[in-house]
Amino acid sequence: MAAGRGSGGGSRAAWALLVLAALAASAAGEKNSEDVRCKCICPPYKDHAGDIFSKNISQKDCDCFHVVVPMPVPGPDVEAYCLRCECKYEERSSETIKITIIIYLSILGLLLLYMVYLTMVEPILKRRLFGHSQLIQSDEDIGDHQPFANAHDVLARSRSRANMLNKVEYAQQRWKLQVQEQRKSVFDRHVVLS
Amino acid sequence: MAIQPLLKSLQRRSLHHSLGERSPLPNSSHSEEVLPNCSHQMKERRDRFAWDNILNLVEGAFLFGTNMVNAGNMNGSGNLMDFLDEPFPDVGTYEDFHTIDWLREKSRDTDRHRKITNKSKESIWEFIKSLLDAWSGWVVMLLIGLLAGTLAGVIDLAVDWMTDLKEGVCLSAFWYSHEQCCWTSNEATFEDRDKCPQWQKWSELLVNKSEGASAYILNYFLYILWALLFAFLAVSLVRVFAPYACGSGIPEIKTILSGFIIRGYLGKWTLLIKTVTLVLVVSSGLSLGKEGPLVHVACCCGNFFSSLFSKYSKNEGKRREVLSAAAAAGVSVAFGAPIGGVLFSLEEVSYYFPLKTLWRSFFAALVAAFTLRSINPFGNSRLVLFYVEYHTPWYMAELFPFILLGVFGGLWGTLFIRCNIAWCRRRKTTRLGKYPVLEVIAVTAITAIIAYPNPYTRRSTSELISELFNDCGALESSQLCDYINDPNMTRPVDDIPDRPAGIGVYMAMWQLALALVFKIIITIFTFGMKIPSGLFIPSMAVGAIAGRIVGIGVEQLAYHHHDWIIFRNWCRPGADCVTPGLYAMVGAAACLGGVTRMTVSLVVIMFELTGGLEYIVPLMAAAVTSKWVADAFGKEGIYEAHIHLNGYPFLDVKDEFTHRTLATDVMRPRRGEAPLSVLTQDSMTVEDVETLIKETDYNGFPVVVSKDSERLIGFAQRRELILAIKNARQRQDGVVSNSVIYFTEEPPEVPANSPHPLKLRRILNLSPFTVTDHTPMETVVDIFRKLGLRQCLVTRSGRLLGIITKKDVLRHMAQMANQDPESIMFN
Repeated sequence: MAAGRGSGGGSRAAWALLVLAALAASAAGEKNSEDVRCKCICPPYKDHAGDIFSKNISQKDCDCFHVVVPMPVPGPDVEAYCLRCECKYEERSSETIKITIIIYLSILGLLLLYMVYLTMVEPILKRRLFGHSQLIQSDEDIGDHQPFANAHDVLARSRSRANMLNKVEYAQQRWKLQVQEQRKSVFDRHVVLS
Repeated sequence: MAIQPLLKSLQRRSLHHSLGERSPLPNSSHSEEVLPNCSHQMKERRDRFAWDNILNLVEGAFLFGTNMVNAGNMNGSGNLMDFLDEPFPDVGTYEDFHTIDWLREKSRDTDRHRKITNKSKESIWEFIKSLLDAWSGWVVMLLIGLLAGTLAGVIDLAVDWMTDLKEGVCLSAFWYSHEQCCWTSNEATFEDRDKCPQWQKWSELLVNKSEGASAYILNYFLYILWALLFAFLAVSLVRVFAPYACGSGIPEIKTILSGFIIRGYLGKWTLLIKTVTLVLVVSSGLSLGKEGPLVHVACCCGNFFSSLFSKYSKNEGKRREVLSAAAAAGVSVAFGAPIGGVLFSLEEVSYYFPLKTLWRSFFAALVAAFTLRSINPFGNSRLVLFYVEYHTPWYMAELFPFILLGVFGGLWGTLFIRCNIAWCRRRKTTRLGKYPVLEVIAVTAITAIIAYPNPYTRRSTSELISELFNDCGALESSQLCDYINDPNMTRPVDDIPDRPAGIGVYMAMWQLALALVFKIIITIFTFGMKIPSGLFIPSMAVGAIAGRIVGIGVEQLAYHHHDWIIFRNWCRPGADCVTPGLYAMVGAAACLGGVTRMTVSLVVIMFELTGGLEYIVPLMAAAVTSKWVADAFGKEGIYEAHIHLNGYPFLDVKDEFTHRTLATDVMRPRRGEAPLSVLTQDSMTVEDVETLIKETDYNGFPVVVSKDSERLIGFAQRRELILAIKNARQRQDGVVSNSVIYFTEEPPEVPANSPHPLKLRRILNLSPFTVTDHTPMETVVDIFRKLGLRQCLVTRSGRLLGIITKKDVLRHMAQMANQDPESIMFN
């Protein structure tokens, strides 16, 4: 009772810590020296074509005279040329991008693997483990080709062993039942979220 | 450990129920219903009793009514053990798909607060605990803001990368999108500022060709393939792990915030799957946005953090305050508009919005926006891709095209709502709904095939809006800015006068017109599919395209006919009169307003996007016009229309009830129906009550003094009766089927050797709301709305006449509005 709720609360606290750790890790990316630049775009002027200049420079030096080097126009035209140029200071965090994309791809990969396991591997394993007795109790599931179709059967079987692994399996079966209910109301009966 | 015997007993109990309850309905074996085998009897009795306070579908009633397994926990990870150990009579949890009792939640919170305040005077430790309790609200807001901002940043970065993945890949570092890949290269030229050797298209990578027909076809084919792959992965993940993650989420969140319970809708798996699949579907090029789903994601974060604190996890009313604030944080990170987010939550999403929530929502929205800014997904400290930075003035005469854009927005909103609801209804009722995965794949294929040839639809919708919002300076090289430049021009960079359009602009206009038609049609079929889908961005895209076309038209008209009267006063040749980017913004605001019927929040969001007050008058003119035009055709916005389609019990605060009916016209039982099922004060036995519960499916029973004098004592909820009787049978000695149940303080007079009576006064609500039979329905609807009631008893001269439930009120309103009253499904 209290332990159950406590373990639920403990797992929630662990989730929260994990989330905050990921958050801190992503926000604390170091500034790569390549990650700042001053980009100047200069339009065509007289017979010079338009050009883009970019240099790794600090924000106070981000203007045409420091960045557009070597200057393509001769001395007296420099000011007129620079007046048309637009210089912008930009910075990014390449570490953040790398970490985010890699974390996202790993989560997506894990979910896909779990999905493949649940939809294809687990029914095959269960069929081999429980054999023919499955067929008798699957009357209700005729036509139910959805994942987790035999969740309540497994729930019924797991009565005697009460160790950690069984608790996890029990929680997983309960979760599967909930998802099955949700799927029935959303996809089959179109009661919610049509 | 103490867990093991409990686990054993609960496993025994679940086995007993799963083997003993072979009812004819599927999936009922996990039920915890006390009285087995009532389903077929319920079916027979249904004809006799005219009330149906829970779902019309029998399996639904049995199914939802027996979801007490997960009673204690909205996250869906509650234990059966919690249920077992709920102390009698503290039965304060609700069943799935039922409405909460706002008044009871409020009084429980007041009790809790009073208890803490009283205890805080005892010791220092209690005082600190009371301080922590007071501050827990702010801590929750801080955590919600941090997590919502982080998730939004992750989503933005991942979408950026995956959208470009359809066209090519960065060879130096595969995790960079196109723009990031070319960030450090110096090979970019003025004309081809996107090209760099590190980023290669798929045709270059596979067959070493970058131009030509074969390269084009290969790129086309791979684009479609990637889009299909992303969409298929998304819909499979949604189907297998979290079916509640589909759709926009805002209609359901509106209903949840008004007091409805949908267990699992804001759970952890829904959060994870919605975040992951949102990236996939936005990257696949479908015509949908991420703003609505971001609100759902933020509310899931809110639910998660509020479950860490018992102040919010045990009180459904307080939890909804947190969810309102979380919704504000969601919109804030979607648009980079904290104030707009708070106003959106106030106007569109929330039901009860006390002032305390206003301040906390603002705090959560600010924290979220700040977190997103520090992640800096777009590389220039902007929160949204389409932030606008110019401040060129507009002129009074331009109000006429702005109002035209408003009319267009209103008309488009009406068209979209009608067509989308018709299509969703077809999906709900016909065979189309049986193939969700195929539907998603088909729509993705059609979208990808038609979108690729047109450069304006090939790129992501946010980038399209960004290009349309931007003004053409001298430095732009896109086709839309291909004006004929005067070679002698010496003006500084951002005061370019109006110029005649070059060939590029005309071609761009044609392509934009085709893109407009395509987007209008395809969004109707995309919104509502079984994937996370929002509609803010597609509506803004439609409006921006229309606005830009109108803007370029007005600009060219002003240039070529600057001697007409309307232009002469304010537009001289050589001046910068017309800014087509502003027309795009106004068009976007008009279309968004026409679809969602937002007013204040829309204008504030748009003005936070533009960073200034210059354009408030055109935006307001367009928003007001579009709302008026759209309201002329139908009162509902898209979210209310979807609420009606699903039959949620949502009593809208914006509807006005102006009919002259009385309470007697709506109350049940009507004339000719069977009389009310009531409990008496002290003359029913346990068996009588159990039979009554078994035979009917009402959510509660009034308690009267006796069958002769029907004076009202109170109201008892069905769920609490069931739990109380079950607990009593197990725990109390001497309680058998013949025991008398009494609701009074003192037990009744019983003969000497009769069994021990059972006192159930604790579960009785002694102050049910009553109205007299001549109360006008206007007042009754107002009471339901303002107090959040679920049922209201009707009396005459103190005698109980009947009952009005929320479902009856909704059906009556639907009937008065000539809609189908049978479409209200939930209670």
